[in-house]
Amino acid sequence: MSKHPILRTPAGQLQRAAIRDAFVKLDPRRLKSNPVMFATAVTALLTTVLGLRDLVSGTGGAGATLHISAWLWIAVLFANYAEALAEGRGRARADSLRATKADTMVRLLAEANTPPEEATMVASSGLREGQYVLVTAGDIIPTDAEVVHGVASVDESAITGESAPVIRESGGDRSSVTGGTRIVSDSLVLRVTAEPGKSFLDRMIALVEGAERQRTPNEIALNILLAGLTLIFLFVVVTLEPFASFSGAQIPVVALAALFVTLIPTTIGALLSAIGIAGMDRLVRANVIAKSGRAVEAAGDVDTLLLDKTGTITFGNRMADDLFPAPGVTREALAVAAGLASLADETPEGKSVTEKAREILGRGLPEAPGAEAVPFTAQTRLSGVDLPDGRRLRKGAVDAIMRLTGQSLPAALAHSVETIARSGGTPLLVAEDRAILGVIHLKDIIKPGVRERFADLRAMGIRTVMITGDNPLTAAAIAAEAGVDDFLAEATPEMKLDYIRKAQAGGRLVAMCGDGSNDAPALAQADVGVAMNSGTPAAKEAANLIDLDSDPTKLIEVVMVGKGLLISRGSLTTFSIANDVAKYFAILPAIFVTAYPGLSVLNVMQLASPTSAILSAVIFNALIIVALIPLALRGVKYAPSSAAALLRRNLLVYGAGGLIVPFLGIKAVDMALAALNLA
Amino acid sequence: MTDLLGYMLWFAVLIGLAVPAAVWMNRVYAGVPAFARTERTILRMAGIDGSRGMGWAEYAIAVLILNAVGFFLLYAILRLQGVLPQNPDGIVGMSPDLAFNTAISFITNTNWQAYSGEAQLSYFSQMAGLTVQNFLSAATGMAVGVAVIRGFTEPKGATLGNFWTDMIRSVLWILLPMSVLLALFLALQGVPQTLLGAIQATGVEGQEQIIARGPAAAQIAIKQLGTNGGGFFGVNSAHPFENPTIASDLAQTWAILLIPVAFCFLFGIMAKDRRQGVAIFASMAVMFVIGLATIHLYETWGNPLLGSGANMEGKEQRFGAMLSSLWAASTTAASNGSVNAMHDSFMPLSGLVMMVFMQIGEVIFGGVGAGLYGMLLYVVLAVFLAGLMVGRTPEYLGRKIEAREVTLAMLAFLSMPLGILVFAALAVTVPAATAAIQDAGPHGLSEALYAYSSATGNNGSAFAGWGAALPWHTTAIGLVMLLGRYAIILPMLAIAGSLIRKQPAPESAGTFPTHGPLFVTLLVLTVVILGALTFFPVLALGPIAEETARLAGQTF
Amino acid sequence: MFLQQFRPALVLTLGFTFLTGLAYPLAITGFAGLASPEASEGSLIISGNEVIGSRLIAQPFSGAGYLHPRPSASGWNAAGTSASNLGPTSAKLIADVAQRRAAYETENGQPAPIDAVTGSASGLDPDISPENALAQAERIAKARGVEAGAVLDLIETHVESPLLGLYGLPRINVLETNLALDATFPLPTQSPGN
Repeated sequence: MSKHPILRTPAGQLQRAAIRDAFVKLDPRRLKSNPVMFATAVTALLTTVLGLRDLVSGTGGAGATLHISAWLWIAVLFANYAEALAEGRGRARADSLRATKADTMVRLLAEANTPPEEATMVASSGLREGQYVLVTAGDIIPTDAEVVHGVASVDESAITGESAPVIRESGGDRSSVTGGTRIVSDSLVLRVTAEPGKSFLDRMIALVEGAERQRTPNEIALNILLAGLTLIFLFVVVTLEPFASFSGAQIPVVALAALFVTLIPTTIGALLSAIGIAGMDRLVRANVIAKSGRAVEAAGDVDTLLLDKTGTITFGNRMADDLFPAPGVTREALAVAAGLASLADETPEGKSVTEKAREILGRGLPEAPGAEAVPFTAQTRLSGVDLPDGRRLRKGAVDAIMRLTGQSLPAALAHSVETIARSGGTPLLVAEDRAILGVIHLKDIIKPGVRERFADLRAMGIRTVMITGDNPLTAAAIAAEAGVDDFLAEATPEMKLDYIRKAQAGGRLVAMCGDGSNDAPALAQADVGVAMNSGTPAAKEAANLIDLDSDPTKLIEVVMVGKGLLISRGSLTTFSIANDVAKYFAILPAIFVTAYPGLSVLNVMQLASPTSAILSAVIFNALIIVALIPLALRGVKYAPSSAAALLRRNLLVYGAGGLIVPFLGIKAVDMALAALNLA
Repeated sequence: MTDLLGYMLWFAVLIGLAVPAAVWMNRVYAGVPAFARTERTILRMAGIDGSRGMGWAEYAIAVLILNAVGFFLLYAILRLQGVLPQNPDGIVGMSPDLAFNTAISFITNTNWQAYSGEAQLSYFSQMAGLTVQNFLSAATGMAVGVAVIRGFTEPKGATLGNFWTDMIRSVLWILLPMSVLLALFLALQGVPQTLLGAIQATGVEGQEQIIARGPAAAQIAIKQLGTNGGGFFGVNSAHPFENPTIASDLAQTWAILLIPVAFCFLFGIMAKDRRQGVAIFASMAVMFVIGLATIHLYETWGNPLLGSGANMEGKEQRFGAMLSSLWAASTTAASNGSVNAMHDSFMPLSGLVMMVFMQIGEVIFGGVGAGLYGMLLYVVLAVFLAGLMVGRTPEYLGRKIEAREVTLAMLAFLSMPLGILVFAALAVTVPAATAAIQDAGPHGLSEALYAYSSATGNNGSAFAGWGAALPWHTTAIGLVMLLGRYAIILPMLAIAGSLIRKQPAPESAGTFPTHGPLFVTLLVLTVVILGALTFFPVLALGPIAEETARLAGQTF
Repeated sequence: MFLQQFRPALVLTLGFTFLTGLAYPLAITGFAGLASPEASEGSLIISGNEVIGSRLIAQPFSGAGYLHPRPSASGWNAAGTSASNLGPTSAKLIADVAQRRAAYETENGQPAPIDAVTGSASGLDPDISPENALAQAERIAKARGVEAGAVLDLIETHVESPLLGLYGLPRINVLETNLALDATFPLPTQSPGN
């Protein structure tokens, strides 16, 4: 997916940086935003102090205490490492972006029409919104701006990774330029649209770096749940001391500390921010910039997708699908006439007709030197060639050709025309002089795989709605072929907005993509609006996601990333909580067995000794974090399916797995400790 | 085998009664036209516009004020009963701390009894004090239950309803008619209903016996139907006067669970999707059956330390192990708290089941209304975790569960470990409190733990050997009962108030179904892992340690 | 908002105190008194002007000619009930039970059924198990100077069965059976009822 070689920072280098950061992140000011890991660190500090006290005073058990403390610290470091690793991947990208943001001198114009000679040189970092600047070939465009005058080609590879330059011109939907891109030809007068430090590039750097990462709503809710559980387990452990002492058991503080840390949801607590950062990173690698984390999560919730027909569902252009000759005309003759009539037609439709003609003939078209092209005009609505031998070949809309020839359609052709129209295609007639030779079936070609994709989406509970300017008949036919759930024909921006509002009033969450200024209201209204990077500033401002590749199918990918993010969090939380069962069975018999020897029946794992039982639980607790880092960064595997099927699967894997895995893991660690004579 | 058949028949009758009850309750809370005039007259006298819906905060304030007024009135009656009428046995006023404890106990639907009814309460206190609060505290729970259901099910922009209207309807058209029927049945079975005082009998062998009596049937009917549980007599429904026959026993077990079970179905009816109610019922029933089976087996196997046969210590001959187990499971599952056998003398793991039923927050049927809104607390948490696992912002009945709901649910959720663990820890540590403990060894810990589990869960049953009347405990338990009641009611109403403002999303393949076996499994696991596991360490030191000791033949 | 809600709270509390606290129990008292005065006043057994007891409430019996009720932690106190409330591992409970078993077996020469050695929940359990009653028959017959078989037959007629054959245990009401014993096989030394 990535087009950014820069991302392939050597893995070793990333990891070394992450290990360094893991220690830097021990700073309590950084830890306190994560209640679970903060509690772990405080507990680790407490047991370390106790261990050192025992060491100094020569009381027994200092070794075991320090051993447990060490593993508590390791759990915290693993959590920091996971976060640092996730951040590191983004940072590599941010560095490459920052390189394009060098401060340069630019030509400031007083007014849009100030002559270039009167420009004053200023630093690009000082540009304010509304100022005018002149850029010429070779310049780096200093900041986000709108083209006021001129046409130029611009290399946007620094942002999008796409190497082919694109055209930027004033007016229309191609008028916005992005800071950090390079103008390759001609010159442009730009009106600055971003305040210093607020440009797209700035936002993108902040985003990929994770520096300004805002927590998403579900992450906040989950954090509250985890904090609440931490508090509950604090009650459990703190009150256990009086209960135990009433029962005649003396539980060392370090054992209670170990119980506390193993019970609180450290697994998810350690990986929560890594999951969030990695999710955003996945989006960045898909070349989508999220203006807020909320939008990414909302993408996971979306249940209605508004998709533009052109480019998303069909290839951009209609193609000649077949030729139907009039009675008495051979298919070959029709093919020759249609092909010659389209020779001068440089549009993709015209090219597809000549392609089709060649395909039917199985050879090239006859040469027609001296032929004179008759271009398409809005008045005649037909085009063709006048051959040197006087023959006039024309192709065009049905009514236009009929007007030209003055002939009515033969019954067989009329039937073909109707069939084509009803199937959603466009019939074009071909005429030679006043004779109608036949009809060309121009058809919207559905992109391969689209139908399957929509079926997947339907299985996930997402409705797809096709937006098209076609008439309802054509739209219905294409909609049926593509397998969308609904369509909006002859769509105007107002209709889109209206459709979104109605869907939202019914409780649906709507995503759409758009690029034109007239899409802006609908983009703003939609719960998830994806603007094409090639779109107008108004569209980009209204949207909450921007697709750098300007690929309308990206919407579906964004939905997948959003879902994956939530699934990873939910699954790891479930796993983390389910782990507690085994930890109880490891630690409780160890600390109670002196008071009630009968409670050794709870030692179902047959752990070697109380000390090794506690140590095994703590070690397992730390190791499981590091074992799950790849899963957190990669995201839980997710195949499109219904929510019920997903829940069953994830509940089985992460719920049942979370119950069983720690029993095996703790036992394994215990055996390893015994083998190494460590406990 | 006959026991199994008996249980199945009992369960079938319970469901057969609860379903029509739910249908009736749905009609009542929507307003029965024929009752409208009566309701309007009462509401006018009280100075309220009963048709005006309330937001959650207003609803909560109305609940608090009604209960506060009830507290002060009951406290005054208990203190002054010596000079009030209907006191044929000349009983004196209660001490301040005991009256505080008792008043809170009855307004919170707990009916924890640190006193013995026949010895410390006048008939006036029983009738005008306790019976009234039996009705009002039950009606409070039911009204809150219905308001919470509305929050989860009514369309966006609706209100939670009017507390006064809901409360009046609960009493007049649900609790009172059912109580009249049950009271008459019980009176015919032999439960006394008389204003005559205790009677002196001269026995066959010439010994004198003073037999306490009173207007018991009326109070017992509402104590069961309203999941109150406060006995007329000290030994509660084990007393042959409170529960004279097997028929009276069965009728009372059904009465205990009738409205709580009906609330599950009412939820489904109000959600316009009965499967939702059935799923909640099934989740509760699964846990109930597992608990019941555990108690039944342990009690039937008996205690070899006492001899062969079922464990009959603290049980009545007419009920035996089966009906005592059924009652024990029912009364602790529903937060009723009445007993027909002495829980203190049950086998260790039977006691564990009863404690777990209370510690998870009385959500297996639970108190009238309270059981359902308590279970909805777990539903919020279960749906939150599961919802994330299917890749969407979690939603229940189409309404999104977000940070606000999770925060409130966690707040409510904290009250259980706080009330049970922290206060029970104090009860086994502070010298002024430990004197209450009767038994040595792990059973002593169980006694204190049971007391605070019961108080926090608003159950009211006890390991009765424990000295509940110590001033430390009358005060601490009073506070814990308040915590267990209002620290759940307020957040749940707030959650309901928050959900009712949300636009429900239509159901699709992307929303996971909250009915069916998968959801039931999920909900049960959530209750067990989030609820019960919290108490596993202390249960290990109490009943589990006692059981291992018992198996080893160790006594204390 | 508080004051607004205060009036309904007060009015309704007082109103319901009247309705559910006075009208309801008094109405039930009235109805129950009409329907079954015997049951609603405590199922008392009256002989002449003397109240002997309640058929629902156990009273102590120690005479060799009578069925003995189950042990009571309160000493059959019907004005202040309580149970032992001892836990299953209580050394005191186990010692008490062992002592009762020894006494029972000495007295009756039969192994003690579990209900004969364990305290009831109410301390007023009016019933004992048929096994318990039958084990006492020989002692009773001896004290009354009749055939053991006759006493056994009388006891058998007083066995109450489980409801529908499903619920509850078979049981024998001690007071009623003892009154029947007195009526059928008068004690040689003592007149019945006094």
